[in-house]
Amino acid sequence: MPEQFIWGMEVFLNGLMAGVLYALVALGFVLIFKASGIFNFAQGVLALFAALTLVGIMEGQVPFSHLINAVFGTDVHHFGWTVPALAAILLTMLVMVALAWAVNQFIFRHLVGQEPIILFMATIGLAYFLEGFGDMMWGSDIKKLDVGLPQGINSVIDEVTYNIFGYGFFIDNLDLWATLVAALLVIALVLFAQFSKHGRAMRAVADDHQAALSVGISLKFIWVMVWSLAGFVALVAGIMWGTKSGVQFSLSLIALKALPVLMLGGFTSIPGAIVGGLIIGVGEKLFEFIIGAPYLGGATEIWFAYVLALVFLVFRPQGLFGEKIIERV
Amino acid sequence: MFYREAGDFKTSYTDDSQTFPIKFDRYRYYVVLVVAFAVVPFVINDYWVNAVFLPFLIYAIAAIGLNILVGYCGQVSLGTGGFMAVGAYAVYKLMTSFPEVSIFFHIILAGGITAGVCVLFGLPSLRIKGFYLAVATLAAQFFLVWLFNRVPWFYNYSASGQISAPERTVFGVPVTGAETAPWAAYLFCLVFVVASAIIARNLTRGMAGRKWMAIRDMDIAAEIIGVNPLKAKLSAFAVSGFFVGLSGALFFAVYLGAVEVGEAFGINKSFLVLFMVIIGGLGSIFGSFAGAAFLVLLPVLLKNTLVGGLGWPTDLAAHLEFMIVGGLIIVFLIAEPHGLAQLWRVAKEKLRLWPFPH
Repeated sequence: MPEQFIWGMEVFLNGLMAGVLYALVALGFVLIFKASGIFNFAQGVLALFAALTLVGIMEGQVPFSHLINAVFGTDVHHFGWTVPALAAILLTMLVMVALAWAVNQFIFRHLVGQEPIILFMATIGLAYFLEGFGDMMWGSDIKKLDVGLPQGINSVIDEVTYNIFGYGFFIDNLDLWATLVAALLVIALVLFAQFSKHGRAMRAVADDHQAALSVGISLKFIWVMVWSLAGFVALVAGIMWGTKSGVQFSLSLIALKALPVLMLGGFTSIPGAIVGGLIIGVGEKLFEFIIGAPYLGGATEIWFAYVLALVFLVFRPQGLFGEKIIERV
Repeated sequence: MFYREAGDFKTSYTDDSQTFPIKFDRYRYYVVLVVAFAVVPFVINDYWVNAVFLPFLIYAIAAIGLNILVGYCGQVSLGTGGFMAVGAYAVYKLMTSFPEVSIFFHIILAGGITAGVCVLFGLPSLRIKGFYLAVATLAAQFFLVWLFNRVPWFYNYSASGQISAPERTVFGVPVTGAETAPWAAYLFCLVFVVASAIIARNLTRGMAGRKWMAIRDMDIAAEIIGVNPLKAKLSAFAVSGFFVGLSGALFFAVYLGAVEVGEAFGINKSFLVLFMVIIGGLGSIFGSFAGAAFLVLLPVLLKNTLVGGLGWPTDLAAHLEFMIVGGLIIVFLIAEPHGLAQLWRVAKEKLRLWPFPH
C-alpha cells in the first residue's frame, strides 16, 4: 500500500476525532435553538467559563481574587485546599445551573417575542460579558486542566496498525475518550428528550411555545432546564478541549468552528450536529493534508470549514438535516 | 424654546425635503462642521488625535458602511474585519506600485476594490438568509485574513509579513508615515468622514435606500412590488464594502502606519464594528457616529479612571471593559433596541414642545 494512502487514513481518523469535539460544542447550540429559537453564540464562551470554573474550584482559587487584591490591597489567591475532580465537576454544574437561571431571569425573559436576530445579538453581548466575567473571576492566565483522563498515544492502536500496515497510527487516548463521552452524551440526550417527562415538555416547547403554555408547561422552567443542559454540554466540551490544549481564551473560539458544523447539519437536528461535525473534522484535516499544506502554504483549517459550509448552503440552504424553510408573505 | 418649526418657511421642494428641516438643527450642523474643520485642528495634540479622534473618525466610516448593510438592508455581516483588511492591503499595494499618484485616489480606489470583494462574498446572500448568512460571512473574515497572511505578494515579500505605510503627502503636507503632524492626519480623515456621511445619508433616503429597506422589512414582499433583490442586495454589499474599505485603508495608512493582519483585522474587529452599529442604532447615520464615539471613548474613559485614577492593573480594566460592553449591548437590546439614535430622536421630540409640553 502506498505510504501517502496510509498517512491519509491516519489523518482521516484524527479528523473524525476532531469532528467529535466540534460536534460536542455544536450539540449545545442545537439544544438551545430547538427549545427557545435562540441562536446561542455564547456557547463557546460557556465552555470556556465552565472549564475556568472547574479549574478554579479544583485548585481552590479565591474567586475575584485579582479584583479583591486590587481594591483592598490584600494579597489572597488560594483557599489552600484542593477539591477532587468529581466533586469539582458537580460544583461547576451547580454554577452552570445558577448561570442558566440568571441568563433567563435577567436577559431572555425581557426579550420574549423579539426578532431572532435581536436574540442572536443579545447572546453576542452575553458572550462578551461572560468572557470578561470569567477572566475577572478566575484570572486570565493559561491554566492546566487535569481531571484524570488518560492522555498520549494509544499503544493498542499503534501496535495493531503497525502489524497490519507496517506503520503505527498516532491516535490520542484523550480523543478516544472524547468520542466515547460524546456518544454517551448523545444517547443520553436522545433518551431524555424522547422518554422523560421534562424531555417531552422540552420538545413541546420547541414545537410551539403558546400551545405548550396552554397545556400547562412552564416555559420558565423549561428554558432554565435547557440552558442548564447546554451548560452541561459546555462543561463536557470544556473539559475535553481544556485537557487537550489548556484552559485559555482561544477555547471560546472553538464555538466559531461549531458554527459551520451547525450550518452543514442544520440548526435543528441533533444527528445533524454529529454528522456535520464529522464531515467538517475529516474535511478540514484531509484538505490540509492533500491540498492545503503542499500547495497553499498550510493553516487552511482556519477557513476551510466556513467555505465548505458556504458552498454547501448555496445548494441546500437548510443544511443536511434541517427543517425545510418555507417563507410566506 | 429655540427648537421650533414655526417661522421657518419652506418655499421650495428642495427646502422641504432637506436633511435638517429644523433651523436649529441646520445651524447646529454648520457649527459642528466649522468647529471640526477650523477649530479642532488648531487645538489638538498627539494624544488626543491618536487616542480619540482618529479611531473615532475611522470607525465612524466603518460603522456607516456596516449600518448600510445590517441596518438598512438587513443582511447581517460578521466579515467587517476581513473587508477592512482588503481596503488596507489594496491601499498598500497601490501606494507602493504607483507612488506618483496621490494617496487620495489610492484610498478611494481601495474602497472600490473592497466593494468588489464584498459583492463577491455577498453573492450567497441571494440564497442564504438570517443566521446562515451571518455565519457565511465569517468565511470571508477567516479566508481573507488567511490570504493576506499566506500570499507574500500582498505584503511585498517583506520579511516580517507586516505592511507599513510609506510617506505620502497631500498638497505637500505628509499624511502618512512617521512625519505626519496630528492635525494633518485628523483633517485628512475628517474629509473622508464628512464625504462618506453625506453620500450615505443621501443614498439611504433616495431610491436605493428605500429598496434596501424594503428588502430588510420583507424580501419576498419587496420582490413582489418590483424591487429586484439581486440588485438591491448586491448594491448594499457594494456600497457597504466601499465605506468599510475606505475605513480599512485609513486605519492602516493614517492611523496605525504598520499592520499585522491577524492582529489588526481579526474577528474582534468585526464584532466591535457590529457593536457600534447596534449601540448607535440600526438604520441611522447619526447612530453610526454615536456608536463609534461611544465605543472609542468607553475604553479611554475606563482606562483613565481605573488605571490612572484608582491604580488598578490594566488587565483587570480590560476584563471590566469586556463586561461593560457586553452588559451594555444586552441593556440596549432590552431597553432601547434602536440604540442611541432613538434616544436622540426622543430627546428632539421632547425639545420641540419644551418648556410647554401641551
